[in-house]
Amino acid sequence: MNRIKKAFDNKKAFIGFLTAGDPTLEKTEEFVLEMERGGAALIELGIPFSDPIADGPVIQAANIRSLTAGCTTDKIFDTVASMRKKTQIPLVFLAYLNTLYKYGYEAFCRRCRECGVDGVIIPDMPFEEKGELVPIASRYDVDVITLIAPTSKERIKMLAKEAEGFIYVVSSMGVTGIRDEITTDVAEIVDIIRSVTDTPTAIGFGINTKEQVYKYSSIADGVIVGSAIVRVVGQHGEQAGKELCHYVSGMAGALAE
Amino acid sequence: MSKGRFGKHGGQYIPETLMNEIHGLEKAYEHYKNDAGFVAELDNLNRQYAGRPSILYFAEKMTKALGGAKIYFKREDLNHTGSHKINNVLGQVLLAKRMGKTRVIAETGAGQHGVATATAAALLDMECEIFMGKEDTIRQALNVYRMELLGAKVHAVESGTKTLKDAVNACMGEWTARVSDTLYVLGSVMGPHPFPTIVRDFQSVISREAREQILEAEGRLPDVVMACIGGGSNAIGSFYEFIKDESVRLIGCEAAGHGVDTDKTAATMAVGTEGIFHGMKSYFCQNEYGQIAPVYSISAGLDYPGVGPEHAYLKDIGRAEYVPVTDEEAVRAFEYIAREEGIIAAIESSHAVAHLMKIAPTMRKDQIIICTLSGRGDKDVAAIARYRGVDLHE
Repeated sequence: MNRIKKAFDNKKAFIGFLTAGDPTLEKTEEFVLEMERGGAALIELGIPFSDPIADGPVIQAANIRSLTAGCTTDKIFDTVASMRKKTQIPLVFLAYLNTLYKYGYEAFCRRCRECGVDGVIIPDMPFEEKGELVPIASRYDVDVITLIAPTSKERIKMLAKEAEGFIYVVSSMGVTGIRDEITTDVAEIVDIIRSVTDTPTAIGFGINTKEQVYKYSSIADGVIVGSAIVRVVGQHGEQAGKELCHYVSGMAGALAE
Repeated sequence: MSKGRFGKHGGQYIPETLMNEIHGLEKAYEHYKNDAGFVAELDNLNRQYAGRPSILYFAEKMTKALGGAKIYFKREDLNHTGSHKINNVLGQVLLAKRMGKTRVIAETGAGQHGVATATAAALLDMECEIFMGKEDTIRQALNVYRMELLGAKVHAVESGTKTLKDAVNACMGEWTARVSDTLYVLGSVMGPHPFPTIVRDFQSVISREAREQILEAEGRLPDVVMACIGGGSNAIGSFYEFIKDESVRLIGCEAAGHGVDTDKTAATMAVGTEGIFHGMKSYFCQNEYGQIAPVYSISAGLDYPGVGPEHAYLKDIGRAEYVPVTDEEAVRAFEYIAREEGIIAAIESSHAVAHLMKIAPTMRKDQIIICTLSGRGDKDVAAIARYRGVDLHE
């Protein structure tokens, strides 16, 4: 059974995001294990990029911390391979397309397969451009996750029909970051998605309170928390492990039944 | 493969949030570019407001001094706002207005595109916000104040290298946050389709005029058409109508900074590799893992780690050549053309003048070069003085 499916198996999924290599790759391995212990069902690992155009200041700062510490795509693959000896938690990369393009789509997907990465989320690759990557990723059993935005409207069905793994429902306009209020009618978006596919949905962008976790996990099959977790890492640095377990456990505890 | 390709380059590599908006822009542009009312209004603005056509000036003194080819300058520096940027922004802001938008946002490097956008927004009654790297707001402080005078709000971008690429990042982020009433007025032939095409079409007025003007003046086509290139809008504008004239050599002059063998350079064609960034597949200065390189040039307008996709294609098929020009060469050209012709040209344009000074003497006297002066150099005077160690107090 594909590991991503397992994350949504008969339960709502808490998906936690970390920037790989922030503050170091050794710590990334520890943090993933702590988040799993706290109740995360799937981990999204960000490959740091010099110019993360879809990310807000919190994740931008994490990218800089990681790159400054010398993190590279190859080192991240090595870390994941080592991590896989200790955990079978579903794992996807969040990466900008240039990272894959420069590594080579074929080589990147092969390494994902070898190291145990189950999927990729690429914020700057829309439906219209996915043809250059998806056939290659499929051969290596790497799911290319579809993003659906508040502005997708009549595109939703077209996007959802071809979705693999899970569908990332972007709750808000703009870049990633902590938001007090989310005004998009995500319930309507999820309804339209469900009318054409059984692929599970997870809502992300801006989620940082237990109330939001409850609300959005009542609507979708999971929630994604990114900036709020990265902020914990930013505050506690190398000591963030215990804090992350505690934080994730609190947030995951707020999931709807 | 998706739309908007130049060979393998181009495309639409942007977040899903922007896809409907970019399709809307595509449709609106396809409609209005053939709409007689739109075309007439833009033509009227170009003539009555921007001062077009710009003159094609025969530089007799430089021609004699360099002792080779006849030198003509296409004087985009004489346009309203002092650069070629006005050609594009009048078109795009007018388009935004026809699309029912009330607000425009734009990135700027040297400030020329920001000033031009703020100008067009003032004229056409649009709200305007400009994103400019913090570093550039310091290098070009006067342009910041100029934009504010024109009613624009200027955001100093503090992320990354605090220059043009970071301004583009911030502006794209802002556009994803607010698309319904806002058009991103991109300043160069870059970004996702349809921007490289829209900007090229609006800038191709340069070569359309230049081709007619040279045929009128000389009765024949030039041997060389050259321009400076960062993202590539004045270069593609200068080249476009000559692409079909195979006898015309097209030369883009990019910013080598301290030199292409140093890490202080912005010469994308010389040192860049294929990549996907800022919405397009093209050439970029980047490392082996695809991290975009911090680039450097004395010229804030050429200080960009990529190049427009149509230029990448023209390079691939060998139709255009691209040459690196260092800071020192550009500054010497800046000083040379000022003394020789009484023209203070932008430091960006001076990169093209520098290469012109190399090739003109190697050409025959019956040969012709057209070099575009993309902008005027008033904005650069203080920086050149600093470069020469002159202490200025205003």
